[in-house]
Amino acid sequence: MHQVKRIYLDHAATTPVRPEVLSAMMPAFTTVFGNPSSLYQSGLQAHQLMENARAKIADCIGADSTEIYFTSCGTESDNWAIKGAAQSHQGKGRHMVTSAIEHHAVLHAFDALAKQGFEITKLPVDADGLLDPEAVRSAIRDDTILVSVMMANNEIGVIQPIEEIAAICRSNQVLFHTDAVQAGGALPIDAHRMGVDLMSFSGHKLYAPKGVGALYIRRGVRIANFFDGGAQERNRRGGTENVPAITGFARAFELAIQEMEENSRQLIELRDALIDGILTRIPHTRLNGHPTRRLPNNVNVSIEFIEGEAILLMLDQLGYECSSGSACTSGALDPSHVLLALGLPHEIAHGSLRVTFGRSNTMDDVNRLIDDLEIVVRRLREMSPLYNENIFSVQN
Amino acid sequence: MQYSDRVMDHFMNPRNVGEIEDAEATGLIGNAKCGDIMKMFLKIEDGIIVDAKFKTFGCGAAIATSSMATEMIKGKTLDEALQLTNKAVAEALGGLPPVKMHCSLLAEQAVKSALKEYYEKHDLINDDNRHLFDKLNEDAHDHA
Repeated sequence: MHQVKRIYLDHAATTPVRPEVLSAMMPAFTTVFGNPSSLYQSGLQAHQLMENARAKIADCIGADSTEIYFTSCGTESDNWAIKGAAQSHQGKGRHMVTSAIEHHAVLHAFDALAKQGFEITKLPVDADGLLDPEAVRSAIRDDTILVSVMMANNEIGVIQPIEEIAAICRSNQVLFHTDAVQAGGALPIDAHRMGVDLMSFSGHKLYAPKGVGALYIRRGVRIANFFDGGAQERNRRGGTENVPAITGFARAFELAIQEMEENSRQLIELRDALIDGILTRIPHTRLNGHPTRRLPNNVNVSIEFIEGEAILLMLDQLGYECSSGSACTSGALDPSHVLLALGLPHEIAHGSLRVTFGRSNTMDDVNRLIDDLEIVVRRLREMSPLYNENIFSVQN
Repeated sequence: MQYSDRVMDHFMNPRNVGEIEDAEATGLIGNAKCGDIMKMFLKIEDGIIVDAKFKTFGCGAAIATSSMATEMIKGKTLDEALQLTNKAVAEALGGLPPVKMHCSLLAEQAVKSALKEYYEKHDLINDDNRHLFDKLNEDAHDHA
């Protein structure tokens, strides 16, 4: 096959490490390689690198550096927050509240707790993917110990009213956790002002390497340890810290905050041009998720009469790397739980396409993608027994 | 999960896409809810499948197995076509990822569903071939 230009359009899955980030990390691999718990020079220096990183990340999210705990990934942060809160507060009750569209790191952590006898309320979202804060208020009971609602959704990019939900939790004296893995570096975050108790982050979604995450734990909030071990992370998370990745995480976060305004403006232009191009040029398509209350880089559309994996596969052959909520991409029987939660019928959810832009993308990428997507959709529809030219869409 | 070169070839350049208007037999298998539907059209003359076409809503493997299945039964007698197995379709494609084996079963079922229509119409089902239609009763996703 001839070589085609590769266009990466899956920044919600992961991002490349920025050169500035990689250079910031290098000393921690080689010269400053000491164990940050060691008391001699190289250890102390590594400790210093790590504490500088902690302070930077705290600054980025409006927290105090003593409230930042490093983990291995976003999934660990979510599991720690949820299971740690459950274990610590089960004396008060065993009821917890979340939304139907959380990441599997959250939903499956709750599933595991449900098997241990915790009762989990999964709140529905509206057709745009938004959770009504009043639904959270109504769901809270005397025995509710934790509410967990993501800040921005990984599939449809929808941004939840976190501050309102946090305020409701606070007035009811219920802990509030938010998975900010997709929001970190993409949206302004001020932990203290938002009033959240626990907040998860991941490095590799914001141009830092894989293998590092963080959990914000508001001062005074008690959750059981998840990793037992040494005295690292103020005795709350054992295990030698990944100093190079932590250093890179902080540098990447810092850059993301500095460039957020400019970057968001550019991403929104690409996002809205792609949405507009698809909806106007390809019939029988719909946007999934709220049109404006969504991450600057997220496009998620359903393309009727064809299946998502086939779309991805053909786009991959043409050089585009995207994602889908189709069951076939995961080997599962059901399509994305997020798309089903919006009320989409199975067959429409199977035909979804997610494009998440990043720093490397241009308007030229958008225009080329629209042209090629039009061809791909036409070819797959020609093969589809569900499609004929004069068909009336169930959606339109 | 990586597809073989032959799967990719049959996905990107599917053989026999389309419909046969005056088909002697048609078969329909799967449902949109599960994400795959295959429709098979057979042109039959003197007990031989002289043409086969398909339309498929589904993933890359579903399209590739449909394409391969039509290739494998074209020019065959009805009894030969009835011997088609999902394993043979998968092997002809250079193998399928385990989670995609059900797609090959759907292709076998689509062919057999068309043949069943023809066999029933022409009263050709007998004790020797009845068991060959048994696979139509299996849920393809149980094989996933």
